[in-house]
Amino acid sequence: MLFIQVVLIVAVLCVGAVLVRSTAGERHQAVRRILLGVLVVLAVASILAPGAVTVVARAVGVGRGTDLLLYGLVVAFLGALVSAYRRQRSLESRLTQLTRRLALDEAEPPALARARHEEAS
Amino acid sequence: MMGAVTSTPHRAEQGAPGEDPRAPAAARAGGHPGTWVVVPLYREAAVVADVVAELRTRFLHVVCVDDGSPDSSAALAEAAGATVVRHGVNLGQGAALQTGIEYALRDERMRSVVTFDADGQHRVEDAEAMVQRLEAEQLDAVFGSRFLDRRTELDRLRRAVLRAATVYNNATTGVRLTDAHNGLRVLSRRAASCLRLRHDRMAHATELVLQVGRADLRWAEHPVLVRYTDYSRSKGQSLLNSVNILVETILG
Repeated sequence: MLFIQVVLIVAVLCVGAVLVRSTAGERHQAVRRILLGVLVVLAVASILAPGAVTVVARAVGVGRGTDLLLYGLVVAFLGALVSAYRRQRSLESRLTQLTRRLALDEAEPPALARARHEEAS
Repeated sequence: MMGAVTSTPHRAEQGAPGEDPRAPAAARAGGHPGTWVVVPLYREAAVVADVVAELRTRFLHVVCVDDGSPDSSAALAEAAGATVVRHGVNLGQGAALQTGIEYALRDERMRSVVTFDADGQHRVEDAEAMVQRLEAEQLDAVFGSRFLDRRTELDRLRRAVLRAATVYNNATTGVRLTDAHNGLRVLSRRAASCLRLRHDRMAHATELVLQVGRADLRWAEHPVLVRYTDYSRSKGQSLLNSVNILVETILG
């Protein structure tokens, strides 16, 4: 296995693990922003000097610069996907709590319902 | 509708288990005043009135948690004698169950909770037998199982998927059940107060078993008959949904 393959696979797993484990707090958000920043810098660099990316790619054993960029994108995409999933779950859970609270507060209190049911029988 | 319950319900808590085993069930329990039947309800206008009416022949207290149904399910359930708790938006069956259980927990005289599907696939006599077993054996949870005997008829594919779900359930929760996805259960007050179902949709069945297992509660399985009518079949979960359940269970 190529060194770069090991690095990329480890990166994919790490991004997944970090995003799954951390509780979407400020640190989580900061990491996401740093990663995004790195991606932007790399993208700009590759546009300005396509040759440079190829040099880097060759140095780590990948044929072309575009391939290296593609691998980077795959990692970033997976990270974004997991992160979006986590955020959606957290939002859903808050919506559930709100809806449940409203439902229970607006419902006939169980003590009243109990009395009514027992009366009716 | 309440014709079957002839005796006045006992106000006090039900007597010690096995107090008078010769008395008929309905008379001894008096409509099970310590039990709340929780029915998660979503778009079951066609059958919910019958299901609630049948439940009310044996159980005084039925609460339907309407999960934002766009049809008249909630009104029909209310007219049939159930108390209705309404979710403003649709959240899923797991969320509805948790809401119903929390509603029942607000009643300090509640001793047990029955969970019962709104589509008419469960039998009220099974639910009643399970409540009596919970009380008689002082259990914290009784899970209905359609696989303890051969009465329930299932097509081969559905049986295989349910078996696979059960194997997964047993491997991950440490609670060995024969039927992991049966909506008919009875929980003691203690078990009900241990539950925190976080999976809003269908992955709650495994989650519920897991939490019962972790809380170190006394539980048992009880054979029940699941009636697969054309209606419940058409409303039932598609088998593909088991993929969603698996993913939700794993990803948390």
